[in-house]
Amino acid sequence: MESRTPVGSTPAPPTGIYPFVPFVSLDTLWFQVAGTICNLKCTHCFISCSPANHSHEMLTLNQVQARLREAAVLGVREYYFTGGEPFLHPDLLAMIEETLRQGPVGVLTNGLLLTPERCRRLKTLSDESEYSLDIRISIDGYTAEVNDPIRGAGTFDKILTGIRNLAEAGLNPVVTVTEACADAASAEGRARFLAWMRAIGLSRPRVKVLSLFRIGAEANRLRAYESWESLRGRHLTEEESEKLQCSSCRMVTSRGVYVCPILLDEPKARMGETLAETLRPFELGYSACFTCHEYGVTCRT
Amino acid sequence: MPDVEAERGAVRLAFFGGVYSNTRALAAAIDDARKWGADAMYALGDFGAFGPHPDRVFPVLLDSGVEAIQGNYEESLSTDAADCRCGYTDPRDNHFAQISYDYTAEKTSADWKRWMATLPKTRRLEVKGRKVLLVHGSPRKINEFLWESTSPVAFLERLLADHGADVIVCTHTGLHWKRRLPSGKLVVNSGALGRPANDGGTNVWYARLAFGREIGVEFVPVAYDHEAMAREMEEEKLPEEFVSTIRTGWWTTCLEILPAKERDRGRY
Repeated sequence: MESRTPVGSTPAPPTGIYPFVPFVSLDTLWFQVAGTICNLKCTHCFISCSPANHSHEMLTLNQVQARLREAAVLGVREYYFTGGEPFLHPDLLAMIEETLRQGPVGVLTNGLLLTPERCRRLKTLSDESEYSLDIRISIDGYTAEVNDPIRGAGTFDKILTGIRNLAEAGLNPVVTVTEACADAASAEGRARFLAWMRAIGLSRPRVKVLSLFRIGAEANRLRAYESWESLRGRHLTEEESEKLQCSSCRMVTSRGVYVCPILLDEPKARMGETLAETLRPFELGYSACFTCHEYGVTCRT
Repeated sequence: MPDVEAERGAVRLAFFGGVYSNTRALAAAIDDARKWGADAMYALGDFGAFGPHPDRVFPVLLDSGVEAIQGNYEESLSTDAADCRCGYTDPRDNHFAQISYDYTAEKTSADWKRWMATLPKTRRLEVKGRKVLLVHGSPRKINEFLWESTSPVAFLERLLADHGADVIVCTHTGLHWKRRLPSGKLVVNSGALGRPANDGGTNVWYARLAFGREIGVEFVPVAYDHEAMAREMEEEKLPEEFVSTIRTGWWTTCLEILPAKERDRGRY
């Protein structure tokens, strides 16, 4: 696996010329719960998830529990489950239930597996916890013509069904859209998005626009990073460092604990086996780090 | 709470969250806290924002002996910053925050801006053997939002331990809550006097803490002439969205930052 070079990944940089982000505190813990396994094959996926991509396997309930115990001692503030498609995991609901006893949970999903029954179960889990449960559904446009070329034929209607099932169960999802949907980035486009969400029955629409990372599948869709797109030679102020999510997050995968949710194809972004081993600075030697810094990206909701 | 208050020698402290230029609500809260017999009153920053005539707040604060710390507004205004550094991440939240800040920055006199610079960012008290830490947002950041549904026990225990406190009292979110921790420590968000708590009521809230053998916490609703406040906001041409919140008790702006549970409780 170490020798695998994913499409569009940045070659390992020489050391010493990139800034280090300090480790400030572990506030946000991510679980790559479904690994890189997905029921879709989106053309902009920065880790090229697909039904056949086993770069990272699904996490077991035991693995999640071990990191949760560690996280409680470290005083983690919030938890996220992502993939791949998290709802492909047979134990996801049990994991959410257990995590909600400990803190707020966000789940990043493509919405395809949000059946009415599953949505009702999620609503019960949410109601039983004193902490927030946020379901984030990805879509790439408010028409099938815009969305389906990116996320796959027929996905628009299925995502819409998932959103409606959540709303009917009484959960208000955060709808996330990437800048692959050209309209999403502008204020007018955003207003159209919110109007569309109201029209499909979300009375209090919530939308989050995400920047694209030009790695993984996305590097082949539009373009890969150019050489100038890096933090080479840059000095970060304390404020700039703290804005970077990697100063306060880590990502648990089947292969160990990574610095952040983005750099999963980078062997050097694996910082250790346990959380305790990863609480140290990280060298921002990747072009994706440039995107986070330049555009103020955070994967948090 | 009544049990603690009845104790001989219990210390009664009143805490006021963001005032947001709501001078009438501040005056009503001070009046109420005095009747309760407050031994001291503390205001946790964000005296301006949202409402009209920010300069009217400060004489009321000082004449009543309320002790103050800075919020992100005071930090920004006293350093001539371009925005309020409220910590929002959504464009709509930032849009309305900027209208509010530009108005407040223009209407706050230079003398009061200089006074704000003299305020501490945090304050430590020793009350009946407990170490009490007063902050605007969180002990580590003036504009960090401590919401009830996203501030879990382990996280709060860490904040208290890292900052050597038994009790933290904060504001910044505009919504009041408290959490008693397994260690016996306590975190209280005092809510805000500036606008209602997104619950459909026109009253605003402050927090009373009574320190005896235990610590009693009570959130107190404060009624005030909100219609006069609303009319003044209209005269000052502040956004209709702000005025509607004063009249209805439902937030219409700065909503996107709300976590799922807090968002679900409001109308918008």
